[in-house]
Amino acid sequence: MSKLQNAIVGGVRRVLGQVPAGWLPGGTPDPLIQRRVSLGTQQPRIDGPDKVRGGARFAAEVPMDGLLYTALVHATIARGRIAELDTGAAEAAPGVALVMTHRNAPKLAVPPPIGMTSMKAAGNNILPIMQDPEIRWNGQTVALILAESQEEADHAATLVQVRYETERARTRFEEAKADARTPDSILIEKNRLLKGNAEAALTAAAHRTDAVYRTPWYNHNPIEPHAATVLWKDGRLIVHDATQMLNGTAGSLAKVFGLKDDQVHVSSPFVGGGFGGKALWDHQILAAAAAKLAKRPVRIVLRRSSMYRLIGGRAETEQRVALAADARGKLTALLHHGYSVKPLHSVCDEQYGLTGRSLYACESFDIVQHHLDLDVVANTFMRGPGEAVGTFAIESAIDELAHDIGMDPVALRLRNLPDRDPVSGAPHSQSDPAKAWQMGADQFGWNRWERRSTRREGEWRLGLGCATGTFPYARMPGMSVRITVDDEGRATVASAAHEMGMGTATVQRQHAADRLGLPLERVDVRIGDTSLPFATMAGGSSQTASLGAAITAASSKLAGELVRLAGNDTPLAGLRANDLEFAEGGLRCVGDPSRQESFASILRRAGRRQISVEGESSAPLEMLKFAMHSTSAIFCELRVSEATGEVRVTRLVGAFDCGRILNPKTAASQFRGGMIMGLGMALTEETLLDPRNGRIMSASLTDYHVPVHLDLPEIDVLWTDIPDPRAPMGARGIGEIGITGVAAAVANAVFNATGKRVRDLPITLDKLL
Amino acid sequence: MTPFSYRVATSTTEALAAAPDSSERFLGGGTNLVDLLRQNVEQADALVDVSRLPASIDETEDGGLWVGAAVRNTALAADPRIGARYPMLSRALLSGASAQIRNMATVGGNLLQRTRCAYFYDVPGARCNKRVSGAGCDAIGGFTRYHAILGASEQCAATHPSDMCVALMALDTVVHLDDGNEKRRLPLSEFYRLPGNTPHFETELRTGELVTGIQIPSCRAAVNSTYRKVRDRSSYAFALVSVAAAMRVENGVIADIRLALGGVAPRPWRAAKAEAALAGRAPSQEAFRNAADAELADARALGGNAFKIPLARSTIAAVLGELAGDAA
Ligand SMILES: Cc1cc2nc3c(=O)[nH]c(=O)nc-3n(C[C@H](O)[C@H](O)[C@H](O)COP(=O)(O)OP(=O)(O)OC[C@H]3O[C@@H](n4cnc5c(N)ncnc54)[C@H](O)[C@@H]3O)c2cc1C
Repeated sequence: MSKLQNAIVGGVRRVLGQVPAGWLPGGTPDPLIQRRVSLGTQQPRIDGPDKVRGGARFAAEVPMDGLLYTALVHATIARGRIAELDTGAAEAAPGVALVMTHRNAPKLAVPPPIGMTSMKAAGNNILPIMQDPEIRWNGQTVALILAESQEEADHAATLVQVRYETERARTRFEEAKADARTPDSILIEKNRLLKGNAEAALTAAAHRTDAVYRTPWYNHNPIEPHAATVLWKDGRLIVHDATQMLNGTAGSLAKVFGLKDDQVHVSSPFVGGGFGGKALWDHQILAAAAAKLAKRPVRIVLRRSSMYRLIGGRAETEQRVALAADARGKLTALLHHGYSVKPLHSVCDEQYGLTGRSLYACESFDIVQHHLDLDVVANTFMRGPGEAVGTFAIESAIDELAHDIGMDPVALRLRNLPDRDPVSGAPHSQSDPAKAWQMGADQFGWNRWERRSTRREGEWRLGLGCATGTFPYARMPGMSVRITVDDEGRATVASAAHEMGMGTATVQRQHAADRLGLPLERVDVRIGDTSLPFATMAGGSSQTASLGAAITAASSKLAGELVRLAGNDTPLAGLRANDLEFAEGGLRCVGDPSRQESFASILRRAGRRQISVEGESSAPLEMLKFAMHSTSAIFCELRVSEATGEVRVTRLVGAFDCGRILNPKTAASQFRGGMIMGLGMALTEETLLDPRNGRIMSASLTDYHVPVHLDLPEIDVLWTDIPDPRAPMGARGIGEIGITGVAAAVANAVFNATGKRVRDLPITLDKLL
Repeated sequence: MTPFSYRVATSTTEALAAAPDSSERFLGGGTNLVDLLRQNVEQADALVDVSRLPASIDETEDGGLWVGAAVRNTALAADPRIGARYPMLSRALLSGASAQIRNMATVGGNLLQRTRCAYFYDVPGARCNKRVSGAGCDAIGGFTRYHAILGASEQCAATHPSDMCVALMALDTVVHLDDGNEKRRLPLSEFYRLPGNTPHFETELRTGELVTGIQIPSCRAAVNSTYRKVRDRSSYAFALVSVAAAMRVENGVIADIRLALGGVAPRPWRAAKAEAALAGRAPSQEAFRNAADAELADARALGGNAFKIPLARSTIAAVLGELAGDAA
């Protein structure tokens, strides 16, 4: 975002400040908040049976005649160029159809970056792909093999000989600080926030903490590896992909290959986990380029190790947090400065600098973040980007402050809850963290907490800790859906939206059923393909709200179209869309249930089999007028071995204030899954970059430790379920908040157990010996 | 992976009946070898599957047990005689890998599994003296969290990753070998080599020689034995430090002590110095710590693995304390 964009966003905010709330979309709360039938009930995922039976077809499983398989050769230096490249043996190996390198790859444009402005862009790693002999990071693809079988391709890949001319590479976080960049904005917020005089407040404070917190590079490890099955047909590019940005991928591939948008078709009905990592990376482009050269369909499935080399992760950060408080624990200053890795060819900010702007009321703020350029694969978004690492730093610092003051850390947080946005002064759309804290504390039994735990069992010291989690509400403009109603009274909702296992189709089916006054069984949802109406990404926890707004918009259009179609020969004659509501499989007059007609009857009388309308999520002005954040209270109980430093988490409770919960079953999975990911972040996960050559040395699930079942404690999730009157269905997104706050809660519990404050993640046992 | 031929042997004779100059490799459960072949760390053009050789667990005359090389890790761990007489062995087995892998893995393969050093696995990104003799070692100076503090050399500090073998080492296990011409027996302590200048030689196994089984001597102390594995997550991770120990206390002094360490050396490490320091002494935390210090006096850290020295020390003390129970 440029300075100009900052100014525009700021300007819009100022104007909106004077507009009455009722003028805004969502100004009148969504009537479905009051009138829920299926929403709010526990519904199993409609994709479940297919997945259990193996019927769901993932990108790497699409059958195709004449398919060629892919293997990649990755660079082993971080910077320099290819001096010699011998592909002879590989080309001569059995089954090999083609070896693609920079010498024969087709001309490819650089992919357009994921952005806030274009929804047709999904690029992460904005560099030329196989266009020259330059090496820009260790792991870059230098050759691609196409062969008749996966095994033959893998074998041939081992025969490619490469010699490099090595240049000095930037691989060290510490050294890169000298050239740190300070961007004007982070996402759409101004980067630098100065409010009041934080420095003076820190100097004068009765209580103060000031410390540096570090979080490592984390890699994406969805269970389904990145994969695509690619086909060129009559000048069109058809991609069966695993993506959370269907239209973004299609639009980007069109740019890369110089095609029109409608010449690219991307299909991705099921995605085996995305978390921010499944957008456009080099592999889809390479597969499409190779398919073009070979004139045959191509399948690419990244090996786990290739996922580490080609797919970026959560950027490494170093964050300084200084807090000042008066004698009663009122915050007077919040300083949050930091560095994170963001190479020049990278798109995604790691926006930890936004975390501290909404959590606490505070007299002064001093916030800024800097970017470091390294010769590594581009970083990207990963569940709770910004907040996941930002809450680790801030919520550890809050705990340190509470300890210093001698206060219960829950009480310290409650004392500083803001009653409006602490920076802009905007009112909250809905916010009740106090209730979340209360619910969580009761469930967890926080009353057992002591300032320094004295409990132990044998060699194990027991500790309790807590932290706040947070994630902003987002709704994307431009998300669209088509609703089709047929003369049997069935409705189909269609959109190029994404199912990564979270329950998109399940929940929107509930939504559409309630919105259209239909029983669940009469609604179908079709998603996951660019032949369907344009959809924005599944990211920023925005998909549910965005689809919600699109379905709402489409349904009012539908009402209008239906009443027009109904003509004069109907009990609805003379009514306008505003006077109508959906009920009992049709439309009826608000306040006069006797004036009613079913969809089937309207359509049959008009001689129509069906009617279709499209609707689109409007500009999300509610986000500018209101402070819209979800929060959570996370509680952790754990034990630390005095002999070995091992940490065993024995209990985790999360209480969430996220607006209305639409389906307790899918919601609980999102929260719990996020919290489990948070445990990995806290205790075991870490990408190891060897600074000598920029090589990732943890490129396997043996070396990169995600939590296993035995690492997981009882996890309780609760929610306030208070509707947000400014959000469609009263619901804010819930996909990401689960991970936030967990690492701090763990670190705080470790401190409570041992008296040791670990400020760099992950908290491995060597740090506790 | 290079294409290879495959045949199944159902007897030792069949297994050893390879063509004279063939480069045939034995395949157990394949849980290690197949990965190594797929990642091009090792190459083979002929495999002979020895996982279907007789897989029995039999009593020996001296009251010990003989275990066929093809016995699966799961079967060995579940054998009631192992559980009763050598609890540390079943615990060691069950702390390794996952249930699925243990169902496949054989005793022979487990003995001969190769190190998990990430540089060893990184073909072609890293140099490794184990893979290519004399190529150099990128691990030293790199990430060494999993590397050896005992018995390493300038050429290699990779650790032996097995859990089972740590318990077997403490139990004075003997390996039975057969190359078709000669049947040999080697104590496990002589079976494994230290890396020195030839880290690519890991054992005394000759080319084409088959492990036919192992013999675990009777050991009264082992009734009171255990295995503790310290790792980066609760399960499904290799040991940072592990301790196999057995102790028999008589008349207030340690009459028999067996102690071996995993995760700290290029081979399963028998802690002979610690054993010597404890034999005949009264069990106490102080004695345990002194014994650990005696063993670790020669320990050398590479940077990333420095924590293993205090970790090994306190884990040894904790395990011995547990075995001594009220006696300490
Ligand atoms: C994900 C994962 C996690 C693991 N975690 C652990 C762990 O925590 N702890 C642990 O101890 N182990 C662990 N392992 C390793 C596992 O124990 C070994 O892979 C297994 O024991 C090897 O046995 P196998 O029969 O499958 O051997 P194979 O892979 O078949 O063979 C291994 C080697 O032994 C040779 N060989 C096999 N049988 C004979 C024979 N009879 N005579 C001569 N040579 C023979 C082969 O030629 C080969 O060189 C893990 C493995 C994996 C894949």
